[in-house]
Amino acid sequence: MYVAAKGGERAIENAHRLLAHERRGDPAVPELTAEQIDGQLALAVDRVMNEGSLYDRELAALAIKQARGDLIEAIFLVRAFRATLPRLGATEPVDTAAMTVRRRISAAFKDLPGGQVLGPTFDYTHRLLDTQTAESSAAEPARAAPEAARMPRVTDLLAHDDLIEPSPAPEPNAAVGDLTHDPLSFPAARDVRLQNLARGDEGFLLALGYSTQRGYGRNHPFAGEIRFGEVELEFVPPELGFAVPLGRIAVTECQMVNQFAGSATAAPRFTRGYGVAFGQCERKAMSMALVDRALRARELGEGAKAPAQDEEFVLSHSDNVQATGFVEHLKLPHYVDFQAELGLLRRLRAEFDAAAPTREAAE
Amino acid sequence: MSESHMSDDDDEPLLIAEGLGKWYGRQLGCRDVSFSLYAGEVIAVVGESGSGKSTLLQLLCGEIEPSCGRVLYRTRDGATRDLATLAEAERRFLARTDWGYVHQDAARGLRMGVSAGANVGERLMAVGARHYGRIREQAVSWLDRVEIDRERIDDSPRTYSGGMRQRLQIARNLVTQPRLILMDEPTGGLDVSVQARLLDLLRRLVADLKLSAVVVTHDLAVARLLSHRIVVMKGGSVIESGLTDQVLDDPREPYTQLLVASILPP
Amino acid sequence: MSAQGNIPVYNFAYLDEQTKRMIRRAVLKAVAIPGYQVPFASREMPMPYGWGTGGVQVTAAVLGPDDVLKVIDQGADDTANAVSIRKFFVRTAGVRTTTDTHAATVIQTRHRIPEAPLAEHQILVYQVPIPEPLRYLEPRETETRRMHALADYGLMHVKLYEDIARHGHIATTYAYPVKVEGRYVMDPSPTPKFDNPKMDHCAALQLFGAGREKRIYAIPPHTEVVSLDFEDHPFERYRLDGTCALCGSAESFLDEVITDDRGGRMFVCSDTDYCEGRRAEQPAAVAP
Repeated sequence: MYVAAKGGERAIENAHRLLAHERRGDPAVPELTAEQIDGQLALAVDRVMNEGSLYDRELAALAIKQARGDLIEAIFLVRAFRATLPRLGATEPVDTAAMTVRRRISAAFKDLPGGQVLGPTFDYTHRLLDTQTAESSAAEPARAAPEAARMPRVTDLLAHDDLIEPSPAPEPNAAVGDLTHDPLSFPAARDVRLQNLARGDEGFLLALGYSTQRGYGRNHPFAGEIRFGEVELEFVPPELGFAVPLGRIAVTECQMVNQFAGSATAAPRFTRGYGVAFGQCERKAMSMALVDRALRARELGEGAKAPAQDEEFVLSHSDNVQATGFVEHLKLPHYVDFQAELGLLRRLRAEFDAAAPTREAAE
Repeated sequence: MSESHMSDDDDEPLLIAEGLGKWYGRQLGCRDVSFSLYAGEVIAVVGESGSGKSTLLQLLCGEIEPSCGRVLYRTRDGATRDLATLAEAERRFLARTDWGYVHQDAARGLRMGVSAGANVGERLMAVGARHYGRIREQAVSWLDRVEIDRERIDDSPRTYSGGMRQRLQIARNLVTQPRLILMDEPTGGLDVSVQARLLDLLRRLVADLKLSAVVVTHDLAVARLLSHRIVVMKGGSVIESGLTDQVLDDPREPYTQLLVASILPP
Repeated sequence: MSAQGNIPVYNFAYLDEQTKRMIRRAVLKAVAIPGYQVPFASREMPMPYGWGTGGVQVTAAVLGPDDVLKVIDQGADDTANAVSIRKFFVRTAGVRTTTDTHAATVIQTRHRIPEAPLAEHQILVYQVPIPEPLRYLEPRETETRRMHALADYGLMHVKLYEDIARHGHIATTYAYPVKVEGRYVMDPSPTPKFDNPKMDHCAALQLFGAGREKRIYAIPPHTEVVSLDFEDHPFERYRLDGTCALCGSAESFLDEVITDDRGGRMFVCSDTDYCEGRRAEQPAAVAP
């Protein structure tokens, strides 16, 4: 006999216990620590901090462990945690020119003040699965002091000759939009667009950036500069009235130099695309810069027809926490609506079948 | 047909372009265009591609903003308004009720994903029509009027030929009895015989409904057939204008003479 | 920064007071403009977007310590997500919960309106996935905003017209669009159209929360809510032809339960509390 099911609560509890069991895996195998994840899977931690929108390596590592390695699940954990934190204020703008550089390259010039510093990169490795990596690598890297040479930003060098559009001068009292405070509305200003892209899904932005290179809104990008290293954060507490240092964080910055533009009244100059990410998320910073530039099509007077140039499309679908929530919500029961659809379909079917004799006669 | 737009002062122009100009960066769209359009009048804007004709049309309905000059339109209450001063909501309202825009590519002026009947009925539904049967009747009546087989009412315009799509676009625009129609190469891309039939239809509709129209075309035969007055554009500027028959029979500018001479004799 | 230093201490019903204030402002605005979608800065919540964060935020903002909360999904108190959300509020607000519609002061629901008529002291909070009724006809937010501002709902009726032309009927069976106070067209959330009439002049306050899409809207008590239709194709309240196998109701919305793989079927009330209530009133159990 059918009895209305009443076991939902027990089922959920059991599911949670099973999950914890699966998460631990084989008890004979040593348990992963957050420290190991942070130290040896640093790039995963970087990504989770970035898209989780919270700079805390330990928490990000913990989230990765709790999420069993599912990075988007980990990002969700970090984001949800972030939402509980009190807001103290905003830091002073970060000066990436004063970065302690660990890696800095430019595709636009063969050589430039400060030189091309490869740093720790996969770039010129041969992608051969190396079984040696499974065992501990004994090699000690050559020790090098952090770069002390002056490293002016390429965009500043071009700006010196007025060949690139100037970075918009900050208005002293202009409010900066805040994506976490005010819901996104269109058309969106560049500050809010960049905030959206900064926490946007790396895969999504990668595909969009790629599409621009293949002709869907091409903007002739050159990697003017990519730099990775540590920058200092400063904050002006209202009680003190002057800036105090909060600490240092690692960031990757990408300045793309793009298609030049001018008008009847403005001299032609290179245009910019900008990307920045916590940690060494280079792919993310580059993709972000490509998409940033694509989204500026409207304000630069270019036709905006390609998907990467479609502001509403890009900004509405870049957040993987929202995306996964909605995609995965299809797992929730929908049987009431399905019932309603079944009802209509059956009715239409009945009408169709009833009209069969007429149809056959017509044939 | 309602005669509401005959009761206001027809001595005042319906549409005035004053010193209109548009630049795209360094590229000139059009410059220094001025004319007045009266109720029941059709003006043809002719010239080859790149002459600035399409830019002009977009300026006239406020679709793009002029770099200089202005567009004035006399609304149904008799007031003459500068389009640039209209709120977007007002402009959109006029575009839905007072104006029609026939695109060269009919697919741009239609909803290709819904039936012909829905295409024609949409504006009626937008202004409050709520009886399915009556909306459908009006749609059928308009399909008859533009000579589309009424059996095709439930078909999507994707299944229509180019000429049929164009006629459907016209029906969709006329169903709310607008006063001003802007047409961008209405016969472009159509077979000659199809063109002839379409022009004939347009001529009759314009006369029957007392429409004012601005027709952009590179085809002088279209201008000759449809318009009372003509404006000749070259390189973004107006080089000659006047009554259509006069300009076409006795063109003064060398470029106009060239255009006229290039019409193949029938 | 260490995890120990950042252990969160949760406020009543999880959200901090600032956030609750922000949500209540949005709710007030929504109540003042019935059916109009008010943007709000939705927070990340501990459950995923699409799983009720909008409804949870609205409930958290209106809940007080003396409230009695009921949570249903598909009309049932015991579906997994309803259980999960109820537990969330027990843990973060400590409020009393109930499955009894009459005893609840706040009811959070997904995809159904309870069968029992609601009263003036009650609030019904709907979980909404896509708040924009025009979204599937016009994907751009800039366009749909304009359409609402101009009351330009022609496209909505085009869709209904097309349904009739193609199927002979309006083919929308749930999330059936309504017009509120004769002005805004609204999506009632994916409730079956069977439930639409319950919204009209309902005595309770109806609040709608869409977390992922960041919109809140509302129908104040005793407000006119009319389902869109044509004069010659009026709105029909579809109900599966049958009675509940457990309580015998011939009026409630029924779920279809598949009992075997030979086409065996059985129908039971979707609203489990309503069904239990009817069974409790009946003399000795009716053998199935």
